[in-house]
Amino acid sequence: MRAAMWSFFHKLGSPPWLYRIAGNLLNWLLPLSVLALVTGLAWGLLFTAPDFRQGNSYRIIYIHVPAAVVALAGYYVMALAGAISLIWKMKMADIAMKATAPVGAALTFIALVTGAIWGKPTWGTWWVWDARITSMLILLFLYLGVIALYEAYDNKAAASRACAVLSLVGTVNIPIIYKSVDWWYSLHQPASIKFTGDSSIDPSMLYPLLLSIVAFYGLFTCALLGNMRAEILARETRTGWVRRLAGGEA
Amino acid sequence: MYFDSLEALLAMEGHGPYVWAAYGITLLVLALLLSAPGRRRRRLLREVRGELRREAAHGSKEAVHAPGS
Repeated sequence: MRAAMWSFFHKLGSPPWLYRIAGNLLNWLLPLSVLALVTGLAWGLLFTAPDFRQGNSYRIIYIHVPAAVVALAGYYVMALAGAISLIWKMKMADIAMKATAPVGAALTFIALVTGAIWGKPTWGTWWVWDARITSMLILLFLYLGVIALYEAYDNKAAASRACAVLSLVGTVNIPIIYKSVDWWYSLHQPASIKFTGDSSIDPSMLYPLLLSIVAFYGLFTCALLGNMRAEILARETRTGWVRRLAGGEA
Repeated sequence: MYFDSLEALLAMEGHGPYVWAAYGITLLVLALLLSAPGRRRRRLLREVRGELRREAAHGSKEAVHAPGS
């Protein structure tokens, strides 16, 4: 058991192995996630009744909430990868951290833009500086900050340390985002889905929403794996296996 | 299906432009996000392939200087 575990960790540190396994995983996870997304969105757009107060604009929930949920979860992935690369100097953790940042930034961007579009017909304004929206904007800057910081260093080891520290420090923002709608009076409505107690959302609206959240998690994983594969290639262009791979695909 | 016609679906009782704009932007960003790694990977492999071809062209000379590399 122990030996099997160590051999797994050993393989995890092997770039060609991770490159191949991630590729195999993508082959079925990507079509599955796209299918879940199309089903969830079509369900939410076409087959649910409008919200009794907001009307049809509420249908933005099926992209807004999944994007925001996964953007937050993605930050944990990035900070955890940062911690592992900082403590154990594991190269693959560094690659994972670097690969997460653009995915998280894109999802945060989606959450902010769809939120603004939703706000216009619902609150009468595109933007308010309330706690939830402002802390989400800070999340976007943290993701963009990690991307920019990576580019700012010539020394790769220094860049990876600085990015890991930034992503760890930024985790203080995460509970603030979660709790912002409870701590501060806000235009933003509180969470409708609760793990403990009754959700305040009708099941007919909840199921397509949950499916869409699952789809966004799947797509997040796909983009992360894809970015890791590309990053592995970029760092290994001098090695025999990449040269054989390039030669074979000619 | 909730909507009676395609027009009703597109208009969404006045909320159509908001809903469709939000979905359009989201799908566009997701498509870019998911296609970017593949494009980068193919570019990198193309570059390595070009290098291999250049090396093959000067192969005999380099082999003398750097055996086994």
